[in-house]
Amino acid sequence: MSQAAEAAAAKVSAADGSLLEVDDLISHYPVPRGLLGAMMRRPRLTVKAVDGVTFSVAAGEMVALVGESGCGKTTTAQTVIRMVANQGGSIRFDGAEIGELSPGQLRPLRREIQIIYQDPYESLDPRFTVRDTIEEPIRVHSLVPRKEDREAKVYEAMERAGLTPPELFIDRYPHELSGGQRQRVAIAAALVLEPKLLIADEPVSMLDVSVRAGILALLDGLRREGMGVLMITHDLSTAAHFADRIAVMYLGRIVEEGPARDVVRNPQHPYTKALISVVPRRDPDQRAFPQILTGETPNPVRVPPGCRFHPRCPVAEERCKETDPELRALDGVAVGHRAACILLGPPSGP
Amino acid sequence: MSARPPVIRVEDLNVWFDLPGGGELHAVQGVTFELRAGARMGLVGESGCGKTTTILAMMGLLPATASVSGKVLLDGEDILVGGEETISPHRWSDISMVFQGAMNAFNPVRTIGAQIAEPMVLHGMATGKSARSRVAELLELVGIAGDRANRYPHEFSGGMRQRAAIAMALACSPKVLLADEPTTALDVMVQAQILELLVSLSTTLGQELGLTVILVTHDLPVVAQVCDRAAVMYAGEIVEMGGMSEIYHDPRHPYSRMLFAATPDLLGDDEVLSIPGAPPRLDREIVGCPFRPRCDSAFEPCSTVRPGRREPVAGHEARCHLNDPSLTELPS
Repeated sequence: MSQAAEAAAAKVSAADGSLLEVDDLISHYPVPRGLLGAMMRRPRLTVKAVDGVTFSVAAGEMVALVGESGCGKTTTAQTVIRMVANQGGSIRFDGAEIGELSPGQLRPLRREIQIIYQDPYESLDPRFTVRDTIEEPIRVHSLVPRKEDREAKVYEAMERAGLTPPELFIDRYPHELSGGQRQRVAIAAALVLEPKLLIADEPVSMLDVSVRAGILALLDGLRREGMGVLMITHDLSTAAHFADRIAVMYLGRIVEEGPARDVVRNPQHPYTKALISVVPRRDPDQRAFPQILTGETPNPVRVPPGCRFHPRCPVAEERCKETDPELRALDGVAVGHRAACILLGPPSGP
Repeated sequence: MSARPPVIRVEDLNVWFDLPGGGELHAVQGVTFELRAGARMGLVGESGCGKTTTILAMMGLLPATASVSGKVLLDGEDILVGGEETISPHRWSDISMVFQGAMNAFNPVRTIGAQIAEPMVLHGMATGKSARSRVAELLELVGIAGDRANRYPHEFSGGMRQRAAIAMALACSPKVLLADEPTTALDVMVQAQILELLVSLSTTLGQELGLTVILVTHDLPVVAQVCDRAAVMYAGEIVEMGGMSEIYHDPRHPYSRMLFAATPDLLGDDEVLSIPGAPPRLDREIVGCPFRPRCDSAFEPCSTVRPGRREPVAGHEARCHLNDPSLTELPS
């Protein structure tokens, strides 16, 4: 995995030839006022779940979107696959804008972007055998008319997902599988459509430690074969090991982004620094000296003005309350490592 | 090791569950450990290894389908011997527990304060005004302003509810606190706050009351961060136990070593390796070492002889034939 990380460090931000380019994405949810609220003419409130997010994923690249619960990482993924509508910004996939496509126009695209979820106990239909689960996407997309060909596709997807030998698993129901095997079935059902981009939303957090590495190695293998992988995770250690790039989200914004190794070893944004300082280490002799931020992530209904992190920031200054910082390149960091903090240098020239 | 006597000693604890279709599942198998006052031990292992069952047995809270043997000695007195009759005087007041998911188990229609006061009232430790002032004191202890006692659970964030659950477990000033996955559903920043709280409770209260903490978790780095000792469980047994640092740097059981290797480290460069296979079924008799089918160092005796407990280094024990010189030094 470290080779992957080094390759990533060498990789320059893939603005050219990116598979997925998300620019200034905005996705807000209305907060229901209720009848009483409407009668009392309470102001309409919105949850600013995704509030100006910019990132890209290249083919053969794994990008980890990292952050605490409520930071908007899952909404970002759902907006990318257009399960949630965006109120602004653009989503380009394979060079074409997909943010404005109608549901009918989106259909072919749904094949090319696949998503797997956190909980393989919930995401599989308990009445479907492994065959049914993996075959269903091909049928829904009417891709392969002949039954034998479909069966061959199912076998191939199972082998790629590490469910070998397929005969052993193909007629089983989810309850006859372990957690790791279930997640492999979910991955096989995504692979059967030969997607270009795989979104993995917390793919291992429900699994036992001993099987996590196997699932992550599987995703890493798919990346090596040229698939783009967007991994949503709260686990910085996993992201550091398996992703090429890490984007750290806070309250609907990416506050720092760059090559995975560089972000965890040389964090720049005060939030990333604090987040990294509280990650427990494996070696008891390297106990962290946690820089614990008080409180919890504020409510995305009331995003603080200026820098959204300033109320919890240990180094905030007066000007942080006024200026909303943008992601920008910095001195003394790897190429493609950017952070959104006005206190960080250089700003020598535009 | 200090000369203080152990505050808690678990001796040859076994738990069997009756299975609905007949037969038994041997969930906890001969668990033995002791802790002196003020110690913090991590009980680690994967799901189904028996860690939660062990601490539920220590609390006498297993369902009726379970049968238990062995001793739980609290200051030398066996609290399991008379069943509920001998356990209930000690539950909450000497040994208490923060349950997994406790922060989501508060009654939504009663105030946090009333719920924290409940164990005190039940144990006749305090009522009315004195209970209220004790609740405020407990909340302050866990880092919540005392005047929040009349708030309802939904008015607290997840981290605050977890603090309140810890306050509730401390209500009757126990000597031993069992915490089952206390940070599992929490964000890493809130996790750090809760872990810091557990450490500070055991150091400050450890001096006053000798609070001993057993932290049950699947998360090795959390144990490495918080605990001075660890017991690694596999298939119902403690397969390795010792100082946290010794287990990390000099593991005496391949499972512990492989578990560390399966855990990514934030700044580590080593490859993260999964452990092939799955734990054995505990409703059948296990011949030989339970870990043998997944072990990368198994040798001849492992398939036939069940490894017993050995202490290759003082204070560091493991159940693995690799620690038996008479087996490993055989001429090839």
